[in-house]
Amino acid sequence: MSISRRKFMQAGAAAVTGAAIAPGIRLVELAQARSPEEAASTAKRWGLLIDSAKCAEGCSYCVDACHTEHGITSNNRPETDAQWIRKVTAKDPETGYTHFLPVMCQHCEEPPCVDVCPTGASFKRADGIVLVDKHICIGCRYCMMACPYKARSFIHEDITDQKSHVPRGKGTVESCTLCVHKIDRGDNNTACAEACTELGNDAILFGDLNDLKTEISRRRRTEPSRQLRSDLNLNTGVRYQGL
Amino acid sequence: MMTRFLILFVLLFGFTSTGISVAANAGNTDKSDTIRTPLPIIKITKPGQCVDDTDEMRRNHMNKILHQRDLTVYDGIRTKQYSLKNCVNCHADENTNSVLGKEGFCESCHTYAAVKIDCFSCHTDKRDVKTSVSNKDDNKGNPHQ
Ligand code: SF4
Repeated sequence: MSISRRKFMQAGAAAVTGAAIAPGIRLVELAQARSPEEAASTAKRWGLLIDSAKCAEGCSYCVDACHTEHGITSNNRPETDAQWIRKVTAKDPETGYTHFLPVMCQHCEEPPCVDVCPTGASFKRADGIVLVDKHICIGCRYCMMACPYKARSFIHEDITDQKSHVPRGKGTVESCTLCVHKIDRGDNNTACAEACTELGNDAILFGDLNDLKTEISRRRRTEPSRQLRSDLNLNTGVRYQGL
Repeated sequence: MMTRFLILFVLLFGFTSTGISVAANAGNTDKSDTIRTPLPIIKITKPGQCVDDTDEMRRNHMNKILHQRDLTVYDGIRTKQYSLKNCVNCHADENTNSVLGKEGFCESCHTYAAVKIDCFSCHTDKRDVKTSVSNKDDNKGNPHQ
């Protein structure tokens, strides 16, 4: 017996760990280019990191880009028009310091809209995107009441000429999909983040929060950021800096 | 007593067979010029092979797109074969660019069968202009190009 049983087990465990790391890395690489037949998986968690210090006053480039991408048009009735993303102005009443931030669905890990939905239409996809299955949404709007971020809109009027990748219809609730159609085709970005980068402001960063190699997870690890209404413990996929 | 039953039986049988022959005649006239029910207009804009046999598609297209819809919404699987978008891109009318309308591929049959289509209250009934230009879609089955 040249090797004790204990040593043999240790060597075995080390070998197993080594093997697991290598395919683990490969898996991440493969998952990046998810094929159309492959289901979204928990290997990913998509999110945004928004730097309010870089978000400019009066700019609505991200809002416009989102609404163009998803074919959202206005009926000139602002109270009922759909809005997937909006600019919020935050002002410190003491100092008068004002800053701006785009607010959309925060893609919570524990979404209150999913908790309250009576039909199961409001759901969270495996990769963390919170969506509405409009096929079974009955338009009760419980989710709109439950959402602490006022992220959802109800469609009050008939819609025609939708974008083929964004079905939208009267009597259902909708909100930011984190450009799920773009993610599924491997664009690896959202319309709002693309627009902000194009403008040179770079206030919105999109990426996979699970993958340690992405810029978003590096910045989340090394820079301060916070959740809106962090007291609710929803673990939002969207985080803010400069608040 | 027995004869009464016999008469009754003969009478009944007689009526039934007359009924059958009338029905058969009505069936024949359907195919003649004196047609009373307008048949659906099935215009095939792009001839060629559909994603499945015609018989299969006529009977079961609704099940196929229902199955696909859940795969797409919940799992993000956007294969082309049974995607509604793919159906519309192929079957939309050349002039109206739509599957609806009196002669539209979907509407004309659904009107005939008196079955309401729900799809197009949310989904667009129009062909994607981008995809219609290039007929050769070889983007690995992803309908969202
Ligand atoms: S409006 Fe639709 S998604 Fe929202 S809670 Fe009601 S059924 Fe669910």
